Amino acid sequence: MAMTRSLSRPPSARGGGRRRHRLMGTVAANIAVLAVAVVAAFPILVVVVTALSPQQDVLSWPPALFPQSWTLSNVPGVFERLPVWQELGNTVMLSVSVTVLSLVLDSLMAYALAFIPFRGRSALFVTLIVTMMIPFQTLLVPLYKMLSAFGLVGTMVGMVIPRAADVMGIFLLRQFFIQIPQDLHNAARIDGASEFRIYRSIVLPNAAAGLLTLGMFNFIGNWNDMLWPMVMSNSAEERTLTAGLALLNGTSLGTIPYGVTMAGSLISVIPLVVVFAFIQKRFIEGVASTGIKG
Amino acid sequence: MPSAPSVASTRVAGAPQRAVDVEGLRRLRRRQRQWDRKAIGFVAPALLILVVFVLYPTLYALGISFTNASGFNVPELVGLDNYVRIFTSADTLRAIGNTLWYVVLYMPTTIACALAVAMLLNRSDLLMRGMMRTVIFVPFIISMAVAALAWGFIVDPHIGVLPYWLSRVGIHVPDLLSSPTWAMPTVVLVAVWKNFGYFMVIFLAGLQNVPRELYEAASIDGAGSWRRFLSVTLPGLRPTMTYVVVLVANGAFQAFDQIYIMTKGGPMRTTETVVYRVYSEGFTNFKMGEASALSFILMGLTLVVGVAQLVVSRRQERDM
Repeated sequence: MAMTRSLSRPPSARGGGRRRHRLMGTVAANIAVLAVAVVAAFPILVVVVTALSPQQDVLSWPPALFPQSWTLSNVPGVFERLPVWQELGNTVMLSVSVTVLSLVLDSLMAYALAFIPFRGRSALFVTLIVTMMIPFQTLLVPLYKMLSAFGLVGTMVGMVIPRAADVMGIFLLRQFFIQIPQDLHNAARIDGASEFRIYRSIVLPNAAAGLLTLGMFNFIGNWNDMLWPMVMSNSAEERTLTAGLALLNGTSLGTIPYGVTMAGSLISVIPLVVVFAFIQKRFIEGVASTGIKG
Repeated sequence: MPSAPSVASTRVAGAPQRAVDVEGLRRLRRRQRQWDRKAIGFVAPALLILVVFVLYPTLYALGISFTNASGFNVPELVGLDNYVRIFTSADTLRAIGNTLWYVVLYMPTTIACALAVAMLLNRSDLLMRGMMRTVIFVPFIISMAVAALAWGFIVDPHIGVLPYWLSRVGIHVPDLLSSPTWAMPTVVLVAVWKNFGYFMVIFLAGLQNVPRELYEAASIDGAGSWRRFLSVTLPGLRPTMTYVVVLVANGAFQAFDQIYIMTKGGPMRTTETVVYRVYSEGFTNFKMGEASALSFILMGLTLVVGVAQLVVSRRQERDM
């Protein structure tokens, strides 16, 4: 019995050596987690500091973590090289439209898959699973050809529509939907509510966490996406900020203008971080509950 | 067993019973048709998008992969030429090899980091747990493009802090992104840094579902912490693990952004993966036929891992 290490036992029940051992474990665990957090945060700190450093400090050797003086002079450099406002506008348009459209379309399909016993449901289910395994890159060439045939390359519509529904989102929402107590549903059906009414007034409000999670996934994913907006745009004015940054980095010969690039990165990241800050707790909880049931 | 008397009773009931069944069947069919009609409005919008922009383009890509399409010419059928070229060209074979190397480096590292940190964060004696969880999760919301730019700066041999700090403690690293040996691990490191916090959150949720009593029982049986990890934690995390492995594998096969920004496939093509070639062949060299064929090979690789994972998790379930 002396060997047991039950966490529910008060520490006073044991000898001083064991208590010290426990304390050391606690200290070590706290230090380890702190170290991981520092590693996670460090590159972000580097982006912020470099964006606010004058060029000569960025290029100095030995490199210092913090500059001699702080400056905002990198910011105009970003606006010189990139049509920032326009690209930021495109980024917002893409992220918001895809988020709104896919929340609506995915939740409708997810509702049918969760609650309506229609014929062909299992066939549809299997088809969707297979579809999920198709890497997006496989679609890149044909989508580009299709959309250019429709004259939609370089337009916001062309960038948004192919993303208006996605299988991951459908499955994610279905997962959240089927956890809603079936009694609510049955009661509404007995009361003669239409399926759409049940969807709108019972299922959607009760799956707010799922909608928020999917919405955030889509918002972040499209805000950060680089390849698709890069392929789908002909000029800087049509790009999103992330794609613009990537190509800015790609076109500069010789040394990369780090200060300007980091200032641009900061501009592209700040809106996302602000949105995240408002709903971070619920979003992280939503992410956590997506993994539980597979 | 209980079915035997009921069969006998229906036989005795005979004709009238059957008439009732037909009426019931008809009612069932009518209800089914009602369900089908109701479902259409819910299913159609998303299905339309998926058919037009996912299923059709997949078949289209298959078609293109048998042609010499460039985006400018009138495509001609070339049969399996693209596929033959892929499997006989050193460049594409290397790209496939590089992709597998990326997966081999990325998958275990990400899963191990995510699980280890989740287990640390799962301790009850941790200070500022919520805040730590958020900080470790934050890289996930930053774009890979920005992450790659930041890390490119950090490891830059001329102005980066990492080579400098390491040199101060006596470790002299080469120019990581120009080294054929180190470029790929460096690119992988960026992906691990960006993504492990996300999987950590999922593991953390999974750990909540492992019954505490099992740990206590194992301790009483004299199991050490490693034994408890193998016999209690890992089996308890099985469904979570399946989910994580599938997501991590998919992410690994589709890595592109940080390679595009940090190495452009170099040095000496050591970081040129299949996705990178799909992009460069398709959209800079305009060999869309070959790019499509390559993307099908990518799909094949993804499927192999997906099916393997399915088989493994099935077998584990049987062993339970």
